[in-house]
Amino acid sequence: MSARETVMGKIRAAMGVKGPDEARQATVATRLRETPAGVIPARAQLPTAGQLELFCAMAVQFGATVTRVSDYHEVPAEVSAYLRTRNLPSEIRMGADARLVKADWSSEKTLEVRHGASDGGDLAGVSHAMAGIAETGTLALLSGPANPTTINFLPEHHIVVLDARDIRGDMESVWAKLRTDLGKGAMPRNINLITGPSRSGDIEQTIILGAHGPRALHIVVVE
Amino acid sequence: MELAAKHFKASAAKALVDVQLQKALGNVEKGFIGKRQKAAAALPEFDALRDNARDIKNHVLAHLDLYLEEYERKVTASGGIVHWAETAEDARRIVLEICQKAGARTVTKGKSMITEEIALNDHLSANGIEPVETDLGEYIIQLRGEHPSHIIAPAVHLNKEQVEGDFRRVHTHLPEGRDLSDPVSLLGEAREVLRQRYFAADVGITGANFLIAETGTSVIVTNEGNGDLTQTLGKIHVVVASIEKIVPTLEDTSQILRVLARSATGQDMSVYTTFSTGPKRADDPDGPDQYHVVLLDNGRSAMLGTEYQDMLRCIRCGACMNHCPVYHAVGGHAYGSVYPGPMGAVLTPSLNGIEETGQLPNASTFCGRCEAVCPMRIPLPKMMRHWREREFERNLTPLTGRYGLKFWAFFAKRPKLYRLAVSFGVPLLSVFGGSSKRFRSLPFAGGWTRHRDLPAPEGRTFLQAWAQREALKQEPAQ
Repeated sequence: MSARETVMGKIRAAMGVKGPDEARQATVATRLRETPAGVIPARAQLPTAGQLELFCAMAVQFGATVTRVSDYHEVPAEVSAYLRTRNLPSEIRMGADARLVKADWSSEKTLEVRHGASDGGDLAGVSHAMAGIAETGTLALLSGPANPTTINFLPEHHIVVLDARDIRGDMESVWAKLRTDLGKGAMPRNINLITGPSRSGDIEQTIILGAHGPRALHIVVVE
Repeated sequence: MELAAKHFKASAAKALVDVQLQKALGNVEKGFIGKRQKAAAALPEFDALRDNARDIKNHVLAHLDLYLEEYERKVTASGGIVHWAETAEDARRIVLEICQKAGARTVTKGKSMITEEIALNDHLSANGIEPVETDLGEYIIQLRGEHPSHIIAPAVHLNKEQVEGDFRRVHTHLPEGRDLSDPVSLLGEAREVLRQRYFAADVGITGANFLIAETGTSVIVTNEGNGDLTQTLGKIHVVVASIEKIVPTLEDTSQILRVLARSATGQDMSVYTTFSTGPKRADDPDGPDQYHVVLLDNGRSAMLGTEYQDMLRCIRCGACMNHCPVYHAVGGHAYGSVYPGPMGAVLTPSLNGIEETGQLPNASTFCGRCEAVCPMRIPLPKMMRHWREREFERNLTPLTGRYGLKFWAFFAKRPKLYRLAVSFGVPLLSVFGGSSKRFRSLPFAGGWTRHRDLPAPEGRTFLQAWAQREALKQEPAQ
């Protein structure tokens, strides 16, 4: 008997399951099909403008910095300004996200834009988020050539561009958006939910930013 | 780690006089309790979410076989491989085989209690593969050859001076005169040293906070980002998780996430919550080439359908130990088991048998704080009581306790005799108690009076006081 059969056999025996159990199967199928939402906190159940304000406030509360711009064309200048004010070299790592690529980077003459996955040598990375969650100021990023996962974790500074129209109240609404975008049950290899910069409290419970991931998280919201 | 639960009393006595440990344990009370309280109070729906989180896990446990089947189907469909392990030994063997097949020399590890449970590090080392812990706390205790003393803060028993000493001892390639006097410089050094290890590792091993049946996804929750670098930079990602980590859907995961971080560290959300589904896709510029899940039973299926089933709802947030007066006093190592504190006192006997672990469910004052803060509403004191009953049934409790109980039971079963005995005994003890109304020593009660006085009875028995109270109630109002 395989380990799988042994473990399954033990589970079914412990639960007293014998033979076909159509009622239980139907219960499970219904839950997986209907994906009930459960308890949704009232905090983020706001009109769109309120969700944008809440998202920005929560992101700042959890240690991110936020800038709001009115158009994608302003993103390159905002990225340059971020690097300049922190005395960082004028270099970024970026994926192939169409919304990022379309922004006019040629306006930033001295900015070196490297494409593809990070090799650990980048001080700053730029990503585009799939969504923002107002309830907790959380960003949702999907893996793939548009936004390689390594950019989320290896650079010391992570700059994330977010379209204000992609802000949702709660995590559950982001799952609904994901199913609309990709189809039900389809998942990218990674979804990273990111709330603030990397931190550790492992030495004497003192919270310090910049553990293994980015020391700083900067969010550029395009309104 | 070697199970040393039967030495709890001796270990606890040592812990109480360990100056470094007592200083470090102050951080548990200072840090965790206030933060959790604040986070819970800030979310009006917190208790409703706890109820729903409990219901979700109860639903899963009632349909565990079916959700496991669905989960396995989805992992396979996304290109991952599911391995089933009945015992810790099976899980160790499976992980080793995956590493050996890949010709691995070093593996990086995200923080994982399940790999502590199966003693994976020792097994890999014994077979020539170097495991590198990447969570800061886990890294520190690995340097010291220790085991975690807390399930989410593994190095909570240490002070920064001890960490500085370890870094100077091990990181000999760095300048001797460097400043390591504060946690910031210590973290910076660990970050630099571990960065190189991520890139050099052949395999990345993580645990999982959740396994989602709907999508075949494993979820890890971290603050440092070490788990993500571990699973993204290795050529192979191995997830080791136990069967009860299953949740039905993405929505169910979100419900439990809301109570997890708040109960653990008082955060609304941990910094990184990562959902992983299968290996690198055709167009992926990064990620692992292989994605394996080792599904471990190791005694959990035997808890289903028993009075310990509720323990399988546990999401390993650590709130029970953060609020436990016994844990505060002695720390996690005294328990001598992988899982310390109240959740360990229930789980360890289930995994290792009550014969070797009987002292753990007795290491509780039954104050009830663990159950009061448990996000999954697990009745921990009730289950510890069940273990004490099992222990008694199997004649495992010490003789004095057994005879004491038998002596009491003899009278308790004979109410008239009991009342007669106490109606003489209580006034007598009250007189002997003298003006201080307390005993400094008593025959057969040295275990109590060695450390504190025993209050003397007040002169009336409980039943007499009760009868008087009832009589007063009956009197018509004047």
